[in-house]
Amino acid sequence: MPYTVHSDQDRRRLLDSIGASSAVDLFAQIPRILLDAAVLGLPPGLSEQETRDRTDALAAADRVPGPASFLGAGLYRHFVPAAVRSLAARSEFATAYTPYQPEVSQGTLEHIFEFQTCMCELTGMDLSNASLYDGASALAEGAFMALRSTHRDAVAVSAGVHPEAREVLRTYASGPQIAIHSLALHDATGRTGGLDGCPADVGAVLVQQPNYLGVIEDLAPLADAAHAIGALLVVSVNPSSLGLLETPGALGADIAVGDAQVFGCSPSFGGPTVGFLACRTAYMRQIPGRLVSQTVDEDGRLCYTLTLQAREQHIRREKATSNICSNQALSALAATIHLALLGPAGLAQRADICLQRAHHLQARLCALPGVQPFVTGPFFNEFSLLLPCSAAGFRTAMRDRGVDPGVPLEHLFADTHPGLGPGRAGLAGRPPGAGRCLLTAVTELNPPEALDAYVAAASEVLAAGPEVAP
Amino acid sequence: MIPGPLEPPIFAHSIAGHQGVDLPAAGVPRVEPAVLLPGVALRSAPPLLPRVAESQVVRHYTRLSHLNHCVDTGFYPLGSCTMKYNPKLDDEVAALPGFAEMHPYQPEADTQGILQLMHELEKGLLAVTGMHRASLQPAAGAQGELTGILMIKAYHRDHSGSERDQVIVPDSAHGTNLASATMAGYHVVELPSSPRGLVDLEALRAHLSERTAAIMLTNPNTLGLFEEDILEISRLVHDAGALCYYDGANLNAIMGKARPGDMGMDVVHVNLHKTFSTPHGGGGPGAGPVAVTDRLEPYLPAPLVTRDPDGTYRLDRDRPSSIGRVKAFHGNVGVLVRAYSYLLRMGSGGLTQASEDAVLNANYLRTRLHGLFPVPYDGPCMHEFVLSASEHGAGAARDIGKRILDFGMHAPTVYFPLIVHEALMIEPTETEDIATLDRFVEVMTRIDTEFRSDPDVVRTAPHTTPVRRPDEAHAAREPVLRWSPEARPRESR
Repeated sequence: MPYTVHSDQDRRRLLDSIGASSAVDLFAQIPRILLDAAVLGLPPGLSEQETRDRTDALAAADRVPGPASFLGAGLYRHFVPAAVRSLAARSEFATAYTPYQPEVSQGTLEHIFEFQTCMCELTGMDLSNASLYDGASALAEGAFMALRSTHRDAVAVSAGVHPEAREVLRTYASGPQIAIHSLALHDATGRTGGLDGCPADVGAVLVQQPNYLGVIEDLAPLADAAHAIGALLVVSVNPSSLGLLETPGALGADIAVGDAQVFGCSPSFGGPTVGFLACRTAYMRQIPGRLVSQTVDEDGRLCYTLTLQAREQHIRREKATSNICSNQALSALAATIHLALLGPAGLAQRADICLQRAHHLQARLCALPGVQPFVTGPFFNEFSLLLPCSAAGFRTAMRDRGVDPGVPLEHLFADTHPGLGPGRAGLAGRPPGAGRCLLTAVTELNPPEALDAYVAAASEVLAAGPEVAP
Repeated sequence: MIPGPLEPPIFAHSIAGHQGVDLPAAGVPRVEPAVLLPGVALRSAPPLLPRVAESQVVRHYTRLSHLNHCVDTGFYPLGSCTMKYNPKLDDEVAALPGFAEMHPYQPEADTQGILQLMHELEKGLLAVTGMHRASLQPAAGAQGELTGILMIKAYHRDHSGSERDQVIVPDSAHGTNLASATMAGYHVVELPSSPRGLVDLEALRAHLSERTAAIMLTNPNTLGLFEEDILEISRLVHDAGALCYYDGANLNAIMGKARPGDMGMDVVHVNLHKTFSTPHGGGGPGAGPVAVTDRLEPYLPAPLVTRDPDGTYRLDRDRPSSIGRVKAFHGNVGVLVRAYSYLLRMGSGGLTQASEDAVLNANYLRTRLHGLFPVPYDGPCMHEFVLSASEHGAGAARDIGKRILDFGMHAPTVYFPLIVHEALMIEPTETEDIATLDRFVEVMTRIDTEFRSDPDVVRTAPHTTPVRRPDEAHAAREPVLRWSPEARPRESR
């Protein structure tokens, strides 16, 4: 049998030692009716080679995105240096668990300490946890944490937060019945309009930077408005943009969350990625998840250990700040290694490549007849286009020409649903004109030739008229 | 002067002008960011990231890796965590571009392979658990718990049970159970265990009421004991109008032997990083798929993968009663791929053998050790068992755990479950051979002897590890949670 080690003689020896006559004796506590019913009915196991053949065939049935794929919408394709994969795949990191025994886990503890430092440096915050599941659940955890800190039970969420993240927030909020108020986007710019109409009893204002339409939000006035009503500003930020944009911390945010998938993680159909949560020192004891601190050992040597565990479920149980136990440590390691390779200059350079290429492509596309920006706000590496035809039809025609031009806005809403709980109204609403809107993301993986191919194919498709692009 | 860490953090390796990667030119006419982004606040100071050459980055993380104990270097009997061997094949499969490079917003025509894989994995998990449908979305066991309890809440709302506001949890339960129930907005009612360490049926009857929404059970429980009265438990719970949540943390004991669905469970989460052998990653990522009976199916997080009659796979988004997403996109798919590869390799026979050997190994260790350290709830165990070191004095469980590290093994889980004093929870798993088990017995025997002959060697352990015991009180009092050039603790402690 694969992966088990005993021979039949070994098993006999162990059974004799225990005083059992057969394996049946070992399961005598299980009621007969359950034993009889437990027929798995799975196919027989395959050899390693056959397993590989099967999985190869499945992988081959997928179409792998290439240089002319412009998909983003919350998950971005970036180049991952070979050293990242090679190091993060090391057994010593991959086959260990949570560093409960620090004396034999300094490797894991130190790389988490480095990850915490990187997230603080990127976001302009004082401290960061050791990772959360993803950016969407990190936003929900950030909201809960802000409510614990402000002793309130309602949040305001910008309509610029990714629809799937808003849905996760709503799911999490449905348990404790947290009220969710929606903050509308300004029609023309696509920026969060402000707190007009928002009740003054919200404890958290949640925005995304850049927002899901690609628009760079003006965070400072939102921070001031949130603070004026006694709420905290929680910013879900694409950390890749922070090689270019001012930090949420410097602009007044109290909690910064997001997904560090943009460093070191392959897209992997959406996961595993790596959520993070960073905040100001004042909220340290409300933070969810693991924290690693520097300390000294008995010999006085600097070392690292898990700390402030009295916040966590294994100690505090029902009074914990979150139920999280397993996190995304290995993905956080990949992100840390990628950031170490990039350094401050590489991070800025990568952001500049994305910015330059995205703006170049957007300008050329908006010069095509009938194409215009869906919203006019400033953007980083992703922009929304209003097409003269349906975005889904345009995409199909473009894909026939070898270009996946982006995600139709409708697709984001198709993957979400109105959901349950308070605050459901208004959250899943599509912006007007969404059917003709396309979100296009550009990274260093889209070379200039791919931008040219995009423009050429788009001219062709649009010139052919609505019969090609219904 | 305080000695530095064995390997200084990557930031301390920084040298001005060094960089670990080079990037392509943008290849388009450059425009100043301030011109492209008028009125936008641009970064005023660069982040303090390290400036390090690739070779130095590789050395740093390779050296760091040498400071870890892991399954691939030695025995890791961390109870309740199922630290079994993680097949290399599964890592290779997950790295195939047809899985690793896929974007979640590709059209379904592009993603038939990965959708088929997810669909077949779901079917495999349903076979093992005896359930009706499953969502692969939850990223870990605890997120699976939250998902399951929110589904139970939605079910009660739709079946005039909104006044049910309590979740019953045995006092032997994992901390996540209580924390998840609280996050879902429930009050937790703790159920005292019977003298045999099982659910006390009388106590259960007394605690069940019209306020009970659910019971959360781990079976086998955290003492490694199978709940013999499980069918009576689920009957009592259902008669009270409540539902049964099954924490699948210990599923590795019972594959092919008992199925939660047959036990009367309504919701089950499966920890793929435990039972299905995916690497624990130093804390994650894991995956915590949630399987349910038919009456809870409408509440599963959407979308689900379905297979149309023509054999094409698609995402079924039209699920109006769904509690909603718990995670963006489709879950920790890279982990799902590994679990699928494991499932293919094992088949029915392999999974059943794995559980048999896991239980065999645990019982072997238990019978070899229970003369040295009492097993408070003794008798045949499933895949793990709990020793008590209370006869060796306060702090003995901690100290024994530390002393075990000196022999190239990881410590058991200590001080859990809470109902055993000085608990050492030992889970050997099926992938350990007799020689390793015997070596562990030798180590435990030696430590027991040391308590009489040289207790200090245990009380001050470990002695041979990369670092000695960290000062945790100091860390909690004055946490230093990030590197800075000045971040060194004061000399006085």
